[in-house]
Amino acid sequence: MANLTINGKTFTLDVEPDTPLLWAIRENAGLTGTKYGCGIAQCGACTVHIDGVATRSCGVSVSEAAGKKITTIEGLASGNALHKVQEAWIAQDVPQCGYCQSGMIMAVAALLSEKPKPTDADIDEAITNICRCGTFQQVREAIHTIASA
Amino acid sequence: MNKHVSPRMNRRAFVIGTAAVGAGLAIGLDIPFGGPAVVRAADGSPEIGAWVVVRPDDTVVIRIARSEMGQGSLTGLAQLVAEELECDWSKVSTEYPTPGQSVARKRVWGDFSTGGSRGIRSSQDYVRKGGATARVMLIQAAAEAWKVPASECTAANSVITHTPSGKTTTYGKVAEAAAKLAPPADVKLKDPKDWKLIGKGVKRLDTAEKTTGAMIYGIDVKLPGMLNAAIKDCPVFGGKLKSYDEAKITGMKGVKKVVKVGDTAVAVVADTWWQAKTALEALPIVWDEGDNAKVSSESIAKWLTEGLDNAQPAYVGNKNGDAKAAIAGAAKKIEAVYSYPYQNHATMEPMNATAVYTAEKCEVWCGTQNGEAAFAATLEASGLPAEKCDVHKVMPGGGFGRRGQTDYVRQAVLIAKQMPGTPIKLLWSREEDMAHGRYHPITQCKMTGAFDADNNLVALHYRLSGQSILFSLRPEALQNGMDPAAFQGVAQSGEAAFGYSVPNLLVEHAMRNPHVPPGFWRGVNVNHNAIYMECFMDELAQAAGQDPLEFRRKLMGNHPKHLAVLNAVAEKIGWSTPAPKGIYRGIAQVMGYGSYVAGAAEISVTDGNKIKVHRIVASTDPGYVVNPAQVERQIAGSFVYGLSALFYGGCTVKDGKIEQTNFDTYNSMRINEMPKVESVMVPSGGFWGGVGEPTIGVAAPAVLNAYFAATGKRIRSVPLRDQNITFA
Repeated sequence: MANLTINGKTFTLDVEPDTPLLWAIRENAGLTGTKYGCGIAQCGACTVHIDGVATRSCGVSVSEAAGKKITTIEGLASGNALHKVQEAWIAQDVPQCGYCQSGMIMAVAALLSEKPKPTDADIDEAITNICRCGTFQQVREAIHTIASA
Repeated sequence: MNKHVSPRMNRRAFVIGTAAVGAGLAIGLDIPFGGPAVVRAADGSPEIGAWVVVRPDDTVVIRIARSEMGQGSLTGLAQLVAEELECDWSKVSTEYPTPGQSVARKRVWGDFSTGGSRGIRSSQDYVRKGGATARVMLIQAAAEAWKVPASECTAANSVITHTPSGKTTTYGKVAEAAAKLAPPADVKLKDPKDWKLIGKGVKRLDTAEKTTGAMIYGIDVKLPGMLNAAIKDCPVFGGKLKSYDEAKITGMKGVKKVVKVGDTAVAVVADTWWQAKTALEALPIVWDEGDNAKVSSESIAKWLTEGLDNAQPAYVGNKNGDAKAAIAGAAKKIEAVYSYPYQNHATMEPMNATAVYTAEKCEVWCGTQNGEAAFAATLEASGLPAEKCDVHKVMPGGGFGRRGQTDYVRQAVLIAKQMPGTPIKLLWSREEDMAHGRYHPITQCKMTGAFDADNNLVALHYRLSGQSILFSLRPEALQNGMDPAAFQGVAQSGEAAFGYSVPNLLVEHAMRNPHVPPGFWRGVNVNHNAIYMECFMDELAQAAGQDPLEFRRKLMGNHPKHLAVLNAVAEKIGWSTPAPKGIYRGIAQVMGYGSYVAGAAEISVTDGNKIKVHRIVASTDPGYVVNPAQVERQIAGSFVYGLSALFYGGCTVKDGKIEQTNFDTYNSMRINEMPKVESVMVPSGGFWGGVGEPTIGVAAPAVLNAYFAATGKRIRSVPLRDQNITFA
């Protein structure tokens, strides 16, 4: 059993303590917006915020995540108001297949909360998610659009 | 093959034919087409022809048979229909008919296959006619209600106007009446100059859900009572499952069942996938690996190298003059050998499918590039007839050719069949996905070029040795044993024609098929052929002491469309002016999938082995551009995929197995490694070329040629990872 606080809600989940947070979120909490890509913290598809920090949830166990504030893509918006990164992603048609974009958006949202006006170098350093469709150009442009708003 | 297939559909029927017939699938047979005169969508709204549903509130649903996998053709295809329909674009949504529905209606939606950059170009005629047919019927219905000639009525933005009287009505109001009309026998399509929506970079129709986590991919499918399966297939291709010790995992939490899947694989079924995967890893498995366990990258390379020897048999794909004689008598000649490795598609979402089986019904939910092939696989694996099966397509997390194959669908059904009534979601781990790809084929190429005393290229011998995709996946498409697709980009004519005139030319393929299964991998055979030809073209230019662009231009007089895109990138990158200090340029062109493309790169190199790509310019002439915003994204994305392949993409074989297991050993480009791609679209009209793949062909050779310009060193083997060359 693990108690997790996800998107402001407390979940009591019947999982082993070493279960990766990713799978507890997807399979036990039923929030499938967070994606599995590699399971070894390489690709970033499973990025969530833990206490506001962008974290690859496949590499964190539920016991490590217990008691912390977890935010997934489903919890990024405030009620019906989308987060500015989601709005920019829609306005600039960033996603192609979209599978990596939950993680990409979470990584970008964390970057912007830390550095509201990131330089290209900041983006290069902070955004290390894999996108096989190759949306990097649109990702970069959308970040700059948000920063200049 | 099937007398009930309409003649127009025969060629397409053939595509799924072999798999389907084996499973007893009779396309369009025995399933009554009749029913009510008006065909209704699930919500009761009437169809106006198979492609369009109009609701009373004027919203329009456009049917899409091809698969969206990120490439944007769902939106592009809807634009094609809406252009002719003259409907209000802001009220358009789309839906997929299922392959089962299509088969039951004599394949009214045509081919579902989404590969070879065919989504738009192979459907454009009949989907536009679908839109036009519906428009004619809607106008006719309004005209009949008004008792006026239809010729006095026009439609725009879902509003029908009787011009003489000024009366108007809307599509929603006349839809019921229109649905009862007989469709016109023939419709005239608009002249391209009159297009209003085609050619506009309208926003994609499927973006919002991809930003909130709401989009359902195959991995996200949930059904009541569903269990989850993890699978291991014999890691040596062609090997078999010998035994497993189920007792060792009995009692592990959540585990429900351990099942054999065909002759080669074992799956653990559990409450959650994490439980299934954990138990599978703890399961002792014995494989019968067979003789293929002796195969290695070294043994494959040796076998391919033997095929470069002219004494070995080879298929001739393109020929004029007498290249061998001209080379023998030439004033000067150069020779080079290149090679290209196996590569995994590595879609972000690993392969998966959800299946539920009973004796009465088998249904599958999956991301697929070919709904009909998935349907045929479902029939074959379930043993049920067509009317008892269906496939529901969901969003795939990337395709790139991998999801045109149906191995994962077959596995899901075979597991579900052993647990009747229980929905089973099969998900491959990334490691399984790396181990069981359908890999970019492996090849080598020896090229010999010969010059006369004035440094004119008089002969070229292009000898490929290596794997044929069609031999493995579509043997019926071989031509007397030859794989015509092996010559993509260097073919005599057709949609991937060679762009140079060489007086004595010999292009041939010594086919060698190792045991590693090949597949269609974004760009397919264009990828290696473009590297071989375009890098060697630079070597020839160097040997002739000429500028690489000028050298090409002299050979391209008879290939104006190839030349036009090459000129377009040359101009945009500023080829005629010196590059900034420390920056070096490379250029390349190729034709593939009916489109003419060229690329140019500007790079710098530090320490001889650290590359920074500063600029990329890419041009394409696909005939028509349906949605320039999406074409731009496809071009940029193809460079990310192509340069990832160049720098990182290599799958090596040891003991008959693929050695790479995950993104740590099979890397992919990140944002810091990728510059902006400057797209130059030069659609010249009159033909329909593809978009998703062609430009990938020029990504690698443009950078490799720039690397030579920077260092004087030719790289003739991919990936750069294995040459100790990295991104700066």
